Amino acid sequence: MSMKIFISKDSTALSLGADEVAEAIAKEAQTRKLDIQILRNSSRGLFWLETLVEVETASGRIGFGPINPNDVKSLFDADFIKGGKHPLALGLVSEIDWLKKQERLTFARMGITEPTNIDQYIEHEGFQGLKNALKLNPQAIVQTVTDSGLRGRGGAAFPTGIKWKTVLDTKATQKYIVCNADEGDSGTYSDRMIMEGDPFVLIEGMIIAGLAVGASQGYIYLRSEYPHALKTLNEAIEKAKSVGYLGDDILKSGHTFHLEVRRAAGAYICGEETSLLESLEGKRGLVRFKPPLPAIEGLFGKPTAVNNVISLATVPIILARGAKYYQDFGMGKSRGTLPIQLAGNLKRTGLVEKAFGVTLRELLYDFGGGSLSGKPIKAVQVGGPLGAYLPESQFDTPLDYEKFSEIWAILGHGGIVAFDETVNMAKMARYAFDFCAIESCGKCTPCRVGSTRGVEVMDHIIAGKDVEKHTTLVRDLSDTMLNGSLCALGGMTPYPVLSALNHFPKDFGVDAKETKA
Amino acid sequence: MEDLVLNPHDLKIINQHILQYQSMPGALLPLLHAIQDDLGFVPEIAYPLISSALSLSVAEVHGVVTFYHHFRSHKPGRHILQVCRAESCQALGSEALETHIKNKLGIDFHETTFDGTITLEPIYCLGNCACSPAVMIDEAVYGRVDSKKIDQLISDLKRAS
Ligand SMILES: Cc1cc2nc3c(=O)[nH]c(=O)nc-3n(C[C@H](O)[C@H](O)[C@H](O)COP(=O)(O)O)c2cc1C
Ligand code: SF4
Ligand code: FES
Repeated sequence: MSMKIFISKDSTALSLGADEVAEAIAKEAQTRKLDIQILRNSSRGLFWLETLVEVETASGRIGFGPINPNDVKSLFDADFIKGGKHPLALGLVSEIDWLKKQERLTFARMGITEPTNIDQYIEHEGFQGLKNALKLNPQAIVQTVTDSGLRGRGGAAFPTGIKWKTVLDTKATQKYIVCNADEGDSGTYSDRMIMEGDPFVLIEGMIIAGLAVGASQGYIYLRSEYPHALKTLNEAIEKAKSVGYLGDDILKSGHTFHLEVRRAAGAYICGEETSLLESLEGKRGLVRFKPPLPAIEGLFGKPTAVNNVISLATVPIILARGAKYYQDFGMGKSRGTLPIQLAGNLKRTGLVEKAFGVTLRELLYDFGGGSLSGKPIKAVQVGGPLGAYLPESQFDTPLDYEKFSEIWAILGHGGIVAFDETVNMAKMARYAFDFCAIESCGKCTPCRVGSTRGVEVMDHIIAGKDVEKHTTLVRDLSDTMLNGSLCALGGMTPYPVLSALNHFPKDFGVDAKETKA
Repeated sequence: MEDLVLNPHDLKIINQHILQYQSMPGALLPLLHAIQDDLGFVPEIAYPLISSALSLSVAEVHGVVTFYHHFRSHKPGRHILQVCRAESCQALGSEALETHIKNKLGIDFHETTFDGTITLEPIYCLGNCACSPAVMIDEAVYGRVDSKKIDQLISDLKRAS
């Protein structure tokens, strides 16, 4: 019998040479006349160990990593397919502490199954949630999601069940489910991992959402930077159609759900839900005034549930195992788990799915292993480019939506970017304004003009010119943007800017005591 | 030099895509993507064709093409090199990498090398933040890119063309 070897085809693994490793292993096995089979599965999200090579044994999959193509010969010399000793051997992968300490609910199948293998998906609890949902009426599905405590993982943390109820209660001939797969936040990649690694879970979540609110058409609005996700999603949608999970009569239930992927075009603002809807309609992504809410008047004027990839991909396990199972994880009003993405200057980066309540310090040091450079971590940005920078004194904050608001920070989409002591926080504040200026949709003046002005003012500060006067100006500009912007791009750019200034005044050339918190 | 009329090959492709997408709800972005996938850009002289097919004004088509960073109205080089400028990559030295690349290629962002091989573009996160700094060449992402690695990648591109 041939030995099974597993190598991920996640694009981060590919970015480190997973294809080359797979090729080298295949070639070496052929030379040595060994009978092996290489399977390309999703990634465990242990990116610090990619390219991770796993071998199936009687006691489970054992791992070797990180492997480069030039390690391959030595792997064979050590007889790795029989679990031989090698300096890069990791033992049983499921026993690796980093993985074992996680609570993988949404990411349960990651690293285990092949992304577009529908039989494997079904073997691993796939479509169980859908089957349960088909036995419930729409109100009961919505109630289950409400009871689970699931809040939108796209950033705003709005309760998913409540949003669905609005769509359900709005009468219309056509309704839509729109999956926000724009994942524009830097430091985040969990949406990408799901779409490349376990696309059926997103599809299943969208079908359930359709049943819940009475929508027969879904769109996945996918950022153009993700070509692998595009291919995988389209392949998975075709498979789901061919076996009756999508189409006019889902599992012969009489329910209809059609699904289509639409490509975005590289505008960060199109991650904002109303801008996204404009874009889906074929227009420039100008943010809409609210009300009306998209749940009442959304895509093409029809009631639309817009949800993030992770929100939707979490729905199947809630329907499969029940609201209580999910809501037993977490703390306070933050129920369930959050797929946290460790990024930037850390030793052990990757995907950590944990119940809410884990502290930043645990994530940075126990999981992250401290900085990659070995220098002290000076600041971390949580929640993407509109998230605050946190200093070491705040590292004991638990991941919880409310605890983060208390310190004027956000969790956002769960991305954590660490910086070591070489970072200059005045430059990061300048970048925040610059990013806002580049990505502003231009609809309102505080954002459009304020951000450009912010860059100029930061340039003066960085050059050491009239620092007192200019930091006051930064605060005034931030106030105007906070209070006068239509959406969170202009309205939250002050988070990274002011947190940098308040926590790291020295980098701006001002005394700590002179800055007001 | 930009052409003043569409060459027959491009015209045929554009017309095919128009036929395919015309009746789709919200057709403009999918159509622009299809055209750019095949031609590498959306030629300005095609705007009237696109606008009349979708009952839009030329100004609306122009507005959409310019709003989105992904769409180009000018022919790019044979390869697109996108360098991530976002925070995670900055935390691991993307600024120095960016400068290195610009110096090496002798161009700034949104420019194409003299030999027509590479167009350089900024990008804000490739979702590869676990292995920063990241760059993308056409559709392939590369992680933990340093100056040595990028030199190798660039010389591979130059050699191939
Ligand atoms: C500037 C801006 C960018 C955003 N980008 C995204 C994004 O890339 N992905 C996402 O899911 N939500 C994004 N959001 C949040 C969406 O507007 C919306 O709240 C979310 O898609 C709702 O889904 P959820 O309730 O499941 O989180 C963004 C918001 C703003 C203001
Ligand atoms: S805050 Fe900025 S991005 Fe948001 S609507 Fe106003 S101009 Fe557009
Ligand atoms: S910040 Fe560069 S890949 Fe995400």
